[in-house]
Amino acid sequence: MVSIADILAEHKDRDGPLLPILHDVQKAFGHVSEDSMREIANALNLTRAEVYGVVSFYHDFRKEAEARPVLKLCRAEACKARGVEALVPIADNQSRVKVEAIYCLGLCAVGPSAMVGDKVYARLDDVKFKTLLEAM
Amino acid sequence: MTVRISDDAVAIACGADEVAAAFLAAGVAVERVSSWGMQWLEPLVDIDGIGYGPVSVDQVPDIINGKATSLGRIAEHTFIVNQSRLTFARAGKTRPLSLDDYYASEGWLGLAKAREMGAQATIDTVMASGLRGRGGAGFPAGIKWQTVARADADQKYIVCNADEGDSATFADRMVMEGDPFLLIEGMAIAGFAVGADKGYVYIRSEYPQAIAKMEAAIKLSAYLVAPFVVEVRVGAGAYVCGEETSLLNSLEGKRGEVRAKPPLPALEGLFGKPTIVNNVLTLAAVPWILTHGGDAYAAYGAGRSKGTMPIQIAGNVKHGGLYEVAFGITLAELVNDIGGGTASGRPVRCVQVGGPLGAYIPPTQFHLPLDYEAFAAADALVGHAGITVFDDTVDMAQMARFAMEFCAVESCGKCTPCRLGSTRGVETLDQIIAGKNVEENLALIADLSETMKFGSLCALGGFTPYPVMSAIKHFPEDFR
Repeated sequence: MVSIADILAEHKDRDGPLLPILHDVQKAFGHVSEDSMREIANALNLTRAEVYGVVSFYHDFRKEAEARPVLKLCRAEACKARGVEALVPIADNQSRVKVEAIYCLGLCAVGPSAMVGDKVYARLDDVKFKTLLEAM
Repeated sequence: MTVRISDDAVAIACGADEVAAAFLAAGVAVERVSSWGMQWLEPLVDIDGIGYGPVSVDQVPDIINGKATSLGRIAEHTFIVNQSRLTFARAGKTRPLSLDDYYASEGWLGLAKAREMGAQATIDTVMASGLRGRGGAGFPAGIKWQTVARADADQKYIVCNADEGDSATFADRMVMEGDPFLLIEGMAIAGFAVGADKGYVYIRSEYPQAIAKMEAAIKLSAYLVAPFVVEVRVGAGAYVCGEETSLLNSLEGKRGEVRAKPPLPALEGLFGKPTIVNNVLTLAAVPWILTHGGDAYAAYGAGRSKGTMPIQIAGNVKHGGLYEVAFGITLAELVNDIGGGTASGRPVRCVQVGGPLGAYIPPTQFHLPLDYEAFAAADALVGHAGITVFDDTVDMAQMARFAMEFCAVESCGKCTPCRLGSTRGVETLDQIIAGKNVEENLALIADLSETMKFGSLCALGGFTPYPVMSAIKHFPEDFR
């Protein structure tokens, strides 16, 4: 199991290392905890408030872990034009998967689109979207 | 027989990996290449130049047995033949991470030319090309480079803005996933020209395939661009980091808050050092310019918008994808002729050009040529040249509300007009949609838009009024 100290050591020679560190912590632990923020702040000679300010600014970093699997559904203009809003009630009618809005996956001519982890899905319709949710 | 299938994110999202696996399972060799950019045909299968698509796994046996109907020669497809692909010359043709393919298709010639002619001549060539920043602002690249070159400092940086967050834009993603060495070469030329030995590519986290390709390409080509060093930095889901000063703060490990200008990043940028911040498409245009000359590039285009623009046709459109062409093409050609109208078959109601901060444009203005000045004169913006097509089922009051909501979600919080104005905008539009004091509230929105437009620090708050006010102006019936 990787530790915060390992992650800090890996990035110690980088300029402006905070975001790469937070990405690694988020990836390893599923969130950035108060304790890890304290440890990172100490190592980088920052205040805890500064680290907290960065963690809370960016959508990618969570302060608490999400227990459910997460699907990111693109709800930007191009996917709206292709009918993503009609899929939203399907997401709302279940609670097993956490469905989050994301603004643009760059798949704008083949939407509606979604991302699970690093995997991307396009041309979603009712059936495909339900199947995708059920398979998670 | 070898089949060529794209491995870019669109192809994969449409099932290209499964199709490739089916060919492999049938004993057919598969080469993964970049995408031609005809996204309605993905997964597109290319066998000796003949195309099939969109292909599903169950069609694979018929294709192998020669029983499937083909699209004909891909390179002669009507979508492809009328393009002027300078930046996307390799699209569909090369393996993204093959140095051999890159060398065989004019790769590294621009960098060699730059090193041969020297730094100042390189800047002069970019100046002569008339290349303007492709991220949206349209600032002349040559002038920015000259400013950084003349700045006196012990360290300078090249920062590539690959935080392509606008809806309907995917050209940056296609460069990084399909032709990553091109971007590295462009950055190396910039570094050589201004005396910077370090470059950062700031890629949004929503693009994992692009991140992986760029990291692999940087390793493979490190010895070719040395002493210039390139590093990938990954964004963290903040749209505002596409704004250059916010991006610099993010790279430094801070909240992605916008900085007041001056000082210009060209003089005090990353870590306070002179920095070129250029969009992916700006840097990716540079190798062609160096190889073929600034005048050859400037021969394309119209007025003060020189060269070609990789236009992205998206949304509810029949033939969506990447269309690189000289500036000056009209929206009517792009939407009706090339795009083929809507995918739903219903009438086109409007397009939004330039992402979530771009104006909504009705068909009565489709005569507008794609040109920075012509768009500005019509209260619209070219931006990153993404076009979202909407059919007649769109509710423009909801789209105006979404523009304000998006601004509220993504505001960095530094300036008041953007931070508070966007939320008040959502509330006021909600009242209008509910039919409460419509005329008074519309007047309030117009006033609020003025304040946001002129009082915001950056384009997020400053340009959100464009989609809102254009929706109200061109589609008043949706608000009353």
